[in-house]
Amino acid sequence: MDFEQLQQFIIDMFGAEVILGTNTDNLQPYIILQPERLPEVCLELHDNPLTYFDLLSCVTGIDNGPEAGTMEVAYNLYSIPHNHHLMLKVQVQRNNTPEQSMPAVPTVSHIWRTADWHEREIFDLLGIYFTDHPDMRRILCAADWEGHPLRKDYKLQDYYHGIKVPYDQHNENSGFRGEPVKLISSENPFTDKREKPE
Amino acid sequence: MDKTGEGGIVITKLDDLLNWARLTSLFPMGFGLACCAIEMMGAYASGYDLDRFGIIPRASPRQSDVMIVAGTVTFKMADRIRRLYEQMPEPRYVISMGSCSNCGGPYWEHGYHVVKGVDRIIPVDVYVPGCPPRPEALIGGFLKLQEIIRKETIRAPRAVQQIMAKRAQQGQPVADAEKQS
Repeated sequence: MDFEQLQQFIIDMFGAEVILGTNTDNLQPYIILQPERLPEVCLELHDNPLTYFDLLSCVTGIDNGPEAGTMEVAYNLYSIPHNHHLMLKVQVQRNNTPEQSMPAVPTVSHIWRTADWHEREIFDLLGIYFTDHPDMRRILCAADWEGHPLRKDYKLQDYYHGIKVPYDQHNENSGFRGEPVKLISSENPFTDKREKPE
Repeated sequence: MDKTGEGGIVITKLDDLLNWARLTSLFPMGFGLACCAIEMMGAYASGYDLDRFGIIPRASPRQSDVMIVAGTVTFKMADRIRRLYEQMPEPRYVISMGSCSNCGGPYWEHGYHVVKGVDRIIPVDVYVPGCPPRPEALIGGFLKLQEIIRKETIRAPRAVQQIMAKRAQQGQPVADAEKQS
């Protein structure tokens, strides 16, 4: 199936309101889905013999920045027997209010086990919460790390476990002020032994 | 010497004997973090043969004299590195191998997860520049470390000197500090 047929397939199965938008201008056309309908659409695309998307190639989180105020998650699906591709997207608000610190997207890790660690990585680096995920913890950063580093408005913490994090004034803090430090007794320990003695 | 039946005595200074023993049997900890560790392993292997300097990797920090920080030090790893260093017996030395562990390397500005130099965690004796350094450079680092050890004396232990220097730097009179401790 090509992109139009897949789009028609989703409309026939779930109705037109499940698709919020499409983009066919780029090399990889994509469908924007309603976030809350994502798991059932994905399950059908995975199970139905006509589509049979048995491989989730990649899950990507995108932060569009505080001005846009949205975040996206992109799913790249591939069917090995049918050899066709589909890219799905969901868009959520950044929700950077004090009450709600994190946008939420339903998980697809029960459909493709690949999504388990992908979603944990997106949670770790971008701070998108995946509801009903079996194990929503950080995967790369330390467990007590503050913030989500790939967010556009991310600020480094000053200290982590007593270690200064930013590089600024590195030389001053590490005691180096530009003077040569004489560590060894001879001027040059590696003088060429093959040189002629004077 | 007994074999020849002649007997014999070698007279040396205790300092020199201790330093000689230390600097010719530097046992590094079998410990690598990133791509620098591949070069380190290359240096251990038969091509460069660090064994000829008496440098044999040991499996435990308790048996090690020198720690080669070979690779990118992340904040997640920092606590582990500090613990491994604390488990090593004195006298202990640290070689910082490669740009990442020297100063953060390519991650110095935008690497949120990289410690900008392992000297922010543990004291470093020798810095080996390179990205990654060739095995020759690591051997050069070991020769430099041997030069440092050769200058040591038991009358002025380095660890005590470092503590004294640190106290003096903080503006604390050495005599007062001794009274307090």
